[in-house]
Amino acid sequence: MATIKPSGYSKHRKKQTYTRRLGTRATPMQMLFSERVGGMGALILVIACLPLLLSNNYQYDVAITMGINAIVVVGLNLLVGYAGQVSLGHAGFFALGAYASAILTTRYGLHGALALPAGALGVGVLAYLIARPILRLSGHYLAMATLGVGVIIHIVLDREAWLTGGPDGMYVPTIEVAGVPLYGGAIWYWIVAAVLILTVWLALNLIDSPIGRALRGLHGAEVAAEVAGVDTTHYKVMVFVISAVLASVAGSLSAHFSEFVTPDSASFFHSILFVTMVVFGGMASTFGALIGAALLTLLPQLLADFSGYEQMILGLIMMLVMIVMPRGLLPTLVGLARRRQREARS
Amino acid sequence: MLDIEGLTSHYGRIQALDGVDLTVGEGELVALVGANGAGKTTLLRCVSGVQPVTGGRVLFEGKDITRASPHTRVALGIAQVPEGRQMFGPLSVEDNLRLGAVRRKGPKVADDLERMYERFPILKEKRRQPAGTLSGGQQQMLAICRALMSHPRLLLLDEPSMGLAPLLVREIFDTVARLKEQRTTLLLVEQNAHAALGIADRGYVLETGRMVLTDTGPRLLSNDRVKEAYLGL
Repeated sequence: MATIKPSGYSKHRKKQTYTRRLGTRATPMQMLFSERVGGMGALILVIACLPLLLSNNYQYDVAITMGINAIVVVGLNLLVGYAGQVSLGHAGFFALGAYASAILTTRYGLHGALALPAGALGVGVLAYLIARPILRLSGHYLAMATLGVGVIIHIVLDREAWLTGGPDGMYVPTIEVAGVPLYGGAIWYWIVAAVLILTVWLALNLIDSPIGRALRGLHGAEVAAEVAGVDTTHYKVMVFVISAVLASVAGSLSAHFSEFVTPDSASFFHSILFVTMVVFGGMASTFGALIGAALLTLLPQLLADFSGYEQMILGLIMMLVMIVMPRGLLPTLVGLARRRQREARS
Repeated sequence: MLDIEGLTSHYGRIQALDGVDLTVGEGELVALVGANGAGKTTLLRCVSGVQPVTGGRVLFEGKDITRASPHTRVALGIAQVPEGRQMFGPLSVEDNLRLGAVRRKGPKVADDLERMYERFPILKEKRRQPAGTLSGGQQQMLAICRALMSHPRLLLLDEPSMGLAPLLVREIFDTVARLKEQRTTLLLVEQNAHAALGIADRGYVLETGRMVLTDTGPRLLSNDRVKEAYLGL
């Protein structure tokens, strides 16, 4: 075959000067409000200022849990929100990360700073092996398969007591770095904050890259993506692995911070909680995911005064938000603000 | 360039294609016509690889691609404009085009973008808008451009005139004819048999999964059986 492209196109070659970039350059004002620059700035600002409001260990505890959940949810949002693939088993990967850290440090004497990447690597390989067959499924079938994965992980952690300590859970020793024990809210707050900022930065870059474009493409128009030349299985597997690894990292952090792990961290309810955070904050919005994670971690704490009824009230709030804001918290609010702006202009 | 031999395909237990043969030579515009449910779209989907083949072979430039995945076929030079346009609705017009070039990188992609915009200035005007907000005709233009972004040697067009106003239908067929003049090889599936056979070098008539007629475009147009069944004359 001689011709590589429809030959008619080459006639106009180079006649046109290349002006596209000029036309799209954002003003400094626009950059400030863009997701990448403005959003990152706001996130760092909030994280930096939050400790001023934290006065005791309990409050640090809640803030750190928010951060750990946010790492999982930002990763899960890549899979659920952007690529449109449901997972009801991500707590399983979270728990595997936590147990990897627990087991490798207590039983094999590995340093915590090495146990975390080792766990992440293991979970990444496992997620890859699982993803190849199950991501051929879609919709309800994919949800069922991932649910199965989560349940299996939960049962294994619960039953293999010789390794995991069984239902009683497992103690995780304090990590020491250069003779300093990493203990207490203040230290862990900054560790989790750093990992979270890194995660958000990674997610935003991934979404803006050609990979992100392919992911958004296969969401909703998978056949079109396939015939456009997108290797859809490859991208789905990749984003599944990335989200599983992030869950594992969050699990490891959680294990070392709370110094205790139980099989309940792999429970089905925990998986559902992560997905709920994604949907609540707003699918396909990284900052929505952050807000979803923060609010749904905080709300049960704030509602603790309604002893016995807090779950009911939480459910009610979630239902109301989803009825009034079906696209999730952040996308709805952003859409509202944009409309106001347009109306004010016209 | 494209040789289909004895192709069969099923949806579950229902047979959609029954031993279909078809060839498309280099630079040819071949039209595939037939009634609703004859298997035209299924045949195209078998060529692009999104529909499993249950028997027979698909050869592209002599190479057996019957079992190749859709994205490897795109890499080989087959692009499809799917039925119903299949936009990436929430993505911008430009992102849609860029996804068409997902397997290529570098400044050449930007050159191609400019050429598409030159061809259809309305797409340039709307390049920041979500593709879902375009009109049907504009979406069809975009779908064609998106397929062209992969530099196909064989372009598969599935019902490009479907659901469009008569004026737009003419514009689409003009576009297809222009692509042919530029020596793009085309396989066109259409319910609008008159328009399709009018611009095609050769045509095939598909009836309930079997190929019943094949001839040059003009001769099929004057064929009594075709006239009666598809042209309403």
